[in-house]
Amino acid sequence: MDLVHYINLLLKAIFVENIALAFFLGMCSFLAVSKKVDTAMGLGLAVVFVLTLTTPLNAVISNYLLKEGALAWALGDEAAKYDLSFLEFITFIATIAAAVQLVEMAIDKFAPSLYSALGVFLPLIAVNCAILGSSLFMVEREYTVTESAVFGFGSGVGFWLAMVALAAIRERLKYSDVPPGLRGLGITFMITGLMAMGFMIFGGIQL
Amino acid sequence: MDKATKATLLDPLYDKNPITLQVLGICSALAVTTKLETALVMSAALTFVLVSSNTIISLLRNKIPGSIRIITQLAVIASLVIVADQFLKAFVYDTSKQLSVFVGLIITNCIVMGRAEAFAMANPPAASAVDGFANSMGYSVVLIYVALFRELFGSGMVLGYPVFTQVKDGGWYEPNVLMTLSPGAFFLIGFLIWVQRSLTPDLQEAD
Repeated sequence: MDLVHYINLLLKAIFVENIALAFFLGMCSFLAVSKKVDTAMGLGLAVVFVLTLTTPLNAVISNYLLKEGALAWALGDEAAKYDLSFLEFITFIATIAAAVQLVEMAIDKFAPSLYSALGVFLPLIAVNCAILGSSLFMVEREYTVTESAVFGFGSGVGFWLAMVALAAIRERLKYSDVPPGLRGLGITFMITGLMAMGFMIFGGIQL
Repeated sequence: MDKATKATLLDPLYDKNPITLQVLGICSALAVTTKLETALVMSAALTFVLVSSNTIISLLRNKIPGSIRIITQLAVIASLVIVADQFLKAFVYDTSKQLSVFVGLIITNCIVMGRAEAFAMANPPAASAVDGFANSMGYSVVLIYVALFRELFGSGMVLGYPVFTQVKDGGWYEPNVLMTLSPGAFFLIGFLIWVQRSLTPDLQEAD
């Protein structure tokens, strides 16, 4: 569990297993909000922010409250047989919704300029599947709290990177002659497919 | 059947298809379609969740205060997803393992939230149930199409039965691995949108 392990985890989350291009998470906003680089940048940063916060938070909840035997530290040995992991979904979504609300209020109070840049995107993120998805991946892969903080940050950066790149391509697309049936959504799918192929060259990168 | 019910029932299949036109629920449509079997199970799970959530939210629609409606909807949906997930784990464990986090992600599947917000909050329970069913069918049709081609071209099989015999089994078919990877899914949906919009020019975007 040295530094190299964490760097590997980070690189893997950003490039090799890009949350948008390899796991298709957060696709709705990925496709809908990527018409302009500015808005893509705003939403991307908000996603990085919320993911870095909620993934470790959910890791704490899962490791110390919900997992089989996780309650033993609080309620004694008898509690070791409780398995509350079926409550994961509803707890995670509640945590995410609450965290998003808190972050929104905090940013509004302490950094109004950042709020005007991210403001509209924050409520949207609560129902972005990338956020819930990385919390669920964190449980499935049994990450520790530190690992999940690194993983959450990496996933966020990967999402941001892919989204800004797609927005930049779509801005250029205005000048090209796309067949009528493909205009808008169709060509965006094709571009995303090509980007996913591009990201596949990172496969197997390790330090 | 009167005209309104017929429109509610048939529109989501083609003219207002949730995936290719409303851009809802794309994450799971891409991720669970490497095999036809997982796509079928996923469609069944989504149909259950969407029909029940639309009905329940429609029954509660006059009791839910506007300011907290999102979190109320999320609570209803998350509880239904827990039921679906536990059911799948109990009866089709292997498939549920393959679906991995994507059953949980039905919570943030934009179709469910989208239909709750756009239809169930404004219509009586029976109509909402029909709308939920029709939209899940629209979703399932696309899922089955994508999964059929990905499984057929990616491994030469349909539902696990060999249709094209692979070279390694003494046949003639060299599987196209690209189809089982993420870019294949993007291209297939892109093509579907292209075909649909070429057949029905009214659906084309001005862009």
